[in-house]
Order: sequence, then C-alpha cells, then structure tokens
Amino acid sequence: MDLVTPELGLIFWQTVIFILLLVVLGRFAWKPILQGLRERESSIASALKSAEEAKVQMAKITSDNEKLLDEARAEKDDILKKATQTAKKMVEEAKDDAKKEANRIVEEARQAIENEKKAALSEIKKQVASLSLEIAEKVLQKKLADEPSQKALVEDLLKDTNLN
Amino acid sequence: MNWISLTKKLTFVLLLLSTHHFTFAKEEQDIKELIFHHISDSHEWHLATIDEAHITIPLPIILYTENGLDVFMSNAFHHATTVEVEHEGEEVEALKLTRDKATYYMTHDKIFLEEHEALLLDFSITKNVASMLISVLLLAITFTYIGSQYRKTGVNTAPKGVQSFFEPIITFVRDDIAKEIIGPKYEKYVPYLLTVFFFIWFNNMLGLMPGAANVTGNIAVTFTLAIFTWIITTVTANKNYWGHIFAPPGVPAWLLPIMVPVELIGIFTKPFSLMIRLFANITAGHIIILSLIALIFIFDSVFVAAASVPFAIIMNCLELFVAILQAYVFTLLTAMYFGSAIEEHH
Repeated sequence: MDLVTPELGLIFWQTVIFILLLVVLGRFAWKPILQGLRERESSIASALKSAEEAKVQMAKITSDNEKLLDEARAEKDDILKKATQTAKKMVEEAKDDAKKEANRIVEEARQAIENEKKAALSEIKKQVASLSLEIAEKVLQKKLADEPSQKALVEDLLKDTNLN
Repeated sequence: MNWISLTKKLTFVLLLLSTHHFTFAKEEQDIKELIFHHISDSHEWHLATIDEAHITIPLPIILYTENGLDVFMSNAFHHATTVEVEHEGEEVEALKLTRDKATYYMTHDKIFLEEHEALLLDFSITKNVASMLISVLLLAITFTYIGSQYRKTGVNTAPKGVQSFFEPIITFVRDDIAKEIIGPKYEKYVPYLLTVFFFIWFNNMLGLMPGAANVTGNIAVTFTLAIFTWIITTVTANKNYWGHIFAPPGVPAWLLPIMVPVELIGIFTKPFSLMIRLFANITAGHIIILSLIALIFIFDSVFVAAASVPFAIIMNCLELFVAILQAYVFTLLTAMYFGSAIEEHH
C-alpha cells in the first residue's frame, strides 16, 4: 500500500467510526462532563462569593459591635458627667436658694422692725402732741382766769397787729 | 519515573518482537521494505515472526466488485498461490486467490483484479481500522465512564481516579484551546475539539505499542480528520469569512483577480497542512525508531545495540511527548480555523 495515497476503505471506515465516536462521546461523555464542570465551577464561584460576602458581613457586624460598644461607653460617660453636673448644680442651687431665703427672711424682719419702730414713734409723737395740748390748755386756763390778764393779752395782740 | 520505566519495558518488548523479524531482512532493500511494511496498513495484523512462523491475527476482507460484496478472512490468502502478474505497468509477484465471485491478486497488501479497469472497492477491516476500533472502544469506555462519574457523584465531590487525570486535560482543551482561540461562541465546537484531541492522542499512544498499527501516521486517517475540520469550518463560516475571501478588505480592485484565487486555495491549504503535519510527524517518529533498531541488523553486530538502543529509548520518550504535542497542535489549529470562520467584523 502506498504511503501517501489515501485508501478509500480506510477513509470510509474512519468516517463511519469517527462520526459514531462523535455522537457517542458527545451524548454520553462530553455533555455530562462539560455540564458537570460548568456546574462545579459555578458552585465554587458562588461559594467563594458567599464566603466573601460572609466575611464582609462579619467585618461589618464586628465593626458595628465595636461602634455600639463605643457609643454605649460614650453615652455612659456622658450620663455620668451630666449626673455629676446636675448634682453639683442642684447643690449649688439649693445653697443659693437657702441663702436667698435667709436674706429674704432677714430683710423682712428688718422691714418689720423698721415698720414697728415707725409706728411706735408716730404713736409717741401723737401722745406727746396731745399731752402738750392738754398742758397748754391747762396753763392757758390758769393764766387767763382773771380780767386784767385777759386785757393785757388783748392789748398785747393789738400792739402786735399795729406793728404789722 | 513510572513513565520512564514503562517506556523502557515497551522498548524492550518492541526489540524482542522485532528481533526475529529483522533477522530475515539483512539486506538494505529488505530493511526499507520492512520499515515501510511496519508503518503501512495491512490486511492482517502481524505480531511477530518466530523461526519463519508468522504470528498474525486474521482480519476480515470486504471487497465490492461487479458481482457484489465479497467478505472473507485474510488468512484465506495463506493458501493462495504465488504468481507473476502485471500491476501498474510492472510485472510483480502476487498472491492469487480464486473465489466464487472473482479472482483476486494481492501484492504488498494491495488487492487488485486482473482486469485493471474492473470495479473493485476495498472496504476491508484492515489493521488500521481494527486498531482504530480498539482505540475508539477505549475512548468510549473511558469517557462515558468519566461522564457517568459526573452524573453519579454530581458536582459536589472532588474528581477521583481516572476522572481526576482527564479533567485538567478536558478543561485545558476547553479553556486554553476553544475559549481562548475561538472566542465567545466557542461552546458548540468543544465536543468536536475534545473528540479530535483524544482520538489523535489515544491513537498516537497506541501506535507506540509494540506490534501496533500506525493509525495517525496514515494519510487516509489524517485526511479524514482534516476533512472533518474543513467541513465544520466551511459550514459554520459567517459572512465575514466569505467576505475576506471574495472581497478582501483594503485590497485594490486590480489585485482581486490574484487575491481571490489565492484566498480560495487558502481554504484548502489549511486542512491540507493539518493532514500532512500529523501524518509526517507520526510516520517520521516510527521510521526513526525502526531505523535505529534496524542499524543492529544492517551492521550485523550486537554491539551496535549499545548505541542504537539508548537512542531508540530516547526517541520513544520523545514520541510519547510528540503523541500529545501533535494532538494539541492539530486541535489548536482546528480551533484557529473555526475561530477565523466565525470571527466578527472589527
């Protein structure tokens, strides 16, 4: 058989065998294999993706926790600070109030004393005035009991009037 | 290490089997004929010759003549008479076999009739066809088994055994040959590329076995493979591909009478180069190994073996590599032709 002349019989058989091989392998080998490979690749890809997502999620949760803790800590500090401040302020206010109250009471007392004093004084003045009038009345009654003294007074008054 | 020891064993067996054969072929002409006999197709499967006794497997001969189909086993020729007969203008020694439907002559494994114009089609299951059937059986069993593994175990388990051996090769053909070269529409070509790749590789490897047939080093086999590639390229080719042939862009009109025939020839030279490359590479490898071993008998000295056997072993190792390399090259070029056929305008 010649080396470089294709034999018809061999071409025929190879065509038949090769087509059969293509059909059989295509149906029973390559189809499940390629499909299996594709499925495995996509499942690996999705597994990797979900792992990555889970990692991100974990990181987020951790950072969230951290943030929450920080916030809580800050809030605690804030509350403590505010409480201290409030307490201080309350004490301060109470002190102020007490001082004010004391001052007010003292002031009121002073006012009352002042008022009492004034009232007493005016009472005394009234008493002195009425006493003086009484005394003057009595003196005048005594002095002007006789005629000559009355005349002398009129005289005197007239003299003053003339002068005016 | 396993491969090397296997190759050594193979070479040793090959040598053992060849030894007796060569002892009858000391003359250079005989050796040439012997080598050509080894790499050519045959109507029977010759395994060894021990003390003049040929150990052969008879194969069915299927002939179609004017009298219809004639099917018989090749060992019928063992009882044939040797006669001098004219064939292709020469007087040759041929075996003459007279049967009911016709009288056949056979010389150098070529069957012919006395009247040269008469119709004779040879559809025999030759050594190459038989070897191809074995390889195809092996391919079918291996890959349908692997396919069933994927079906059975699903995709949730890691590949095991033979499945894990072939999986990277399958993904290599799919990703680094088909996807890489053909482009986004690669998927419909993958089954063909995988089949071609493993068909060539398995047959190359089987061809290296002692006493095996030289399937992929046969021009009819590589011709058929190239034709398959050519048909798929031509059938799936898009407008852009034909446009490049009949109206190459950027070519002045006066050049078209030259360019169009060149492009048309190009359609056929591509598969032609595929055919020749595989045939020549595999055949050359076989010839080199056989020649190295034949040196022992040409010089008629056992001491030549000291040099030629290590060389033959090295060549055999190289051939193991060439076996997968040529499968890769054929598949790669096929993918390139497919890629050019469906390439979009850019």
